[in-house]
Amino acid sequence: MFTESAEMARMPPAASGDPFVPRIYCVDRIRRELSDTVTLEITPSQGPRPRYAPGQFNMLYAFGVGEVAISISGDCADDRTFVHTVRDVGAASRAITSLDVGAAIGVRGPFGTAWPVTDAEGSDIVIVAGGLGLAPLRPAIYHVLANRSRYGRIAILFGTRHPQDMLYRDELAAWRRNLDISVEVTVDHADRDWRGNVGVVPALIARASFDPHDTVALVCGPEIMMRFAVNALRDAGVAPDHIHLSMERNMKCAIGLCGHCQFGPQFVCKDGPVMRFDRIASLFAVREI
Amino acid sequence: MKGLERILREHAFFAGFPEDQIALVAGCARNHRFDAGQYLFREGEPANEFFLIRHGKVALDIASPGQPPIVMSTLEPGEIVGASWLVPPYRWTFDARAVELVRAIGIDAACLRGKCEADHHLGYEMMKRFAPILVKRLHATRLQVLNVYGKR
Ligand SMILES: Cc1cc2nc3c(=O)[nH]c(=O)nc-3n(C[C@H](O)[C@H](O)[C@H](O)COP(=O)(O)OP(=O)(O)OC[C@H]3O[C@@H](n4cnc5c(N)ncnc54)[C@H](O)[C@@H]3O)c2cc1C
Ligand code: FES
Repeated sequence: MFTESAEMARMPPAASGDPFVPRIYCVDRIRRELSDTVTLEITPSQGPRPRYAPGQFNMLYAFGVGEVAISISGDCADDRTFVHTVRDVGAASRAITSLDVGAAIGVRGPFGTAWPVTDAEGSDIVIVAGGLGLAPLRPAIYHVLANRSRYGRIAILFGTRHPQDMLYRDELAAWRRNLDISVEVTVDHADRDWRGNVGVVPALIARASFDPHDTVALVCGPEIMMRFAVNALRDAGVAPDHIHLSMERNMKCAIGLCGHCQFGPQFVCKDGPVMRFDRIASLFAVREI
Repeated sequence: MKGLERILREHAFFAGFPEDQIALVAGCARNHRFDAGQYLFREGEPANEFFLIRHGKVALDIASPGQPPIVMSTLEPGEIVGASWLVPPYRWTFDARAVELVRAIGIDAACLRGKCEADHHLGYEMMKRFAPILVKRLHATRLQVLNVYGKR
């Protein structure tokens, strides 16, 4: 069993200054990922970009519209930009996905807990992502690939709705070309031109090869998908304290003051978003659907 | 026959299956090879045989009138294709298509049903293997139809 404390100790300190006041960033690059999803690269208009750890998030402020929690989806090794992949689901996210290059955006953060990528060294890693859940996991993937020799087997298992909705398609294909990791993608439905897997992510877990007694699983996706993924990991023999999930709750302050993001006795903004399954198992009731 | 028995014993579906009963099942088994694009069976046909995949990927397709077929699920080595042979009227309710070269063992349904009737221990062993697979597939189908990756 390992603890989160070592990982927490290594986490970058919260950015200095008033945590309620957004810093101004500038949109440097935009990449359209899907019809409703874009990836923005943003840089601070002044001063250095704060450090962050894989799994943390920022509060992005679309001026005059609103502020939303968005995970950092870039490579921690790049110390210049924050990269965010945002899906247009409502007013604030639409305003952010509609920004042009050169536009200003407010940023508070980084906040929250990180994926335990350092504590997981020496173990097999199973990364389970569903849909947009691949975004918060991408920094962890960059990290484990850049430090490949420190891990055992690595499996990246990704589920999405349809082959046309595939986030980071080119990168998935590039990761797959590595001969020493396994990358499996599955879709809920496909037409007959698709030669890949059709089915749900838990089915990929059952087929993946890892040592269940020495595996760390990182899981992010819609909550119902995570429940099924946890079941499949538990069925495969992975212990609850080796399963880590990234939780989503509506956020306001993001610093543990307002209670908006409360999840049982915990606050997702500061005790999460990355949480160890054994600590939230009773809240995260694995129910039948 | 011995070769088929060995192959069955090594297949994940029969892990831990009693030795003497493997021999009974092997009596209903035969080898198959399907080229990419070939069908293991088509919707509406009698479910005379079910398959244990040894190699390759099988897609389960469903077609609705006027629409191109969609793939509902894919199955891999170690998995089984088809449960309609278990329940009357023993007809397939979808198409099973080889996505790539598939090698499989086919088990003759009437032969196995007869042996299960005659030997309820064998029937119970088969049911113990089929029931969890069917439950898992039902759960997976529920998750698929929920469209969990869409906007809330
Ligand atoms: C820690 C954390 C990390 C997050 N990371 C990301 C990320 O990397 N990229 C990203 O795009 N989003 C991410 N989100 C979700 C994002 O914060 C919400 O989608 C956002 O708050 C929506 O705000 P809005 O004003 O645009 O929409 P709202 O007006 O708040 O909502 C509009 C509609 O969208 C629905 N909705 C709200 N949230 C979601 C959601 N998460 N998924 C689907 N539908 C939703 C609402 O039910 C409503 O029907 C994250 C959330 C948290 C808590
Ligand atoms: S968002 Fe205010 S306590 Fe978490």
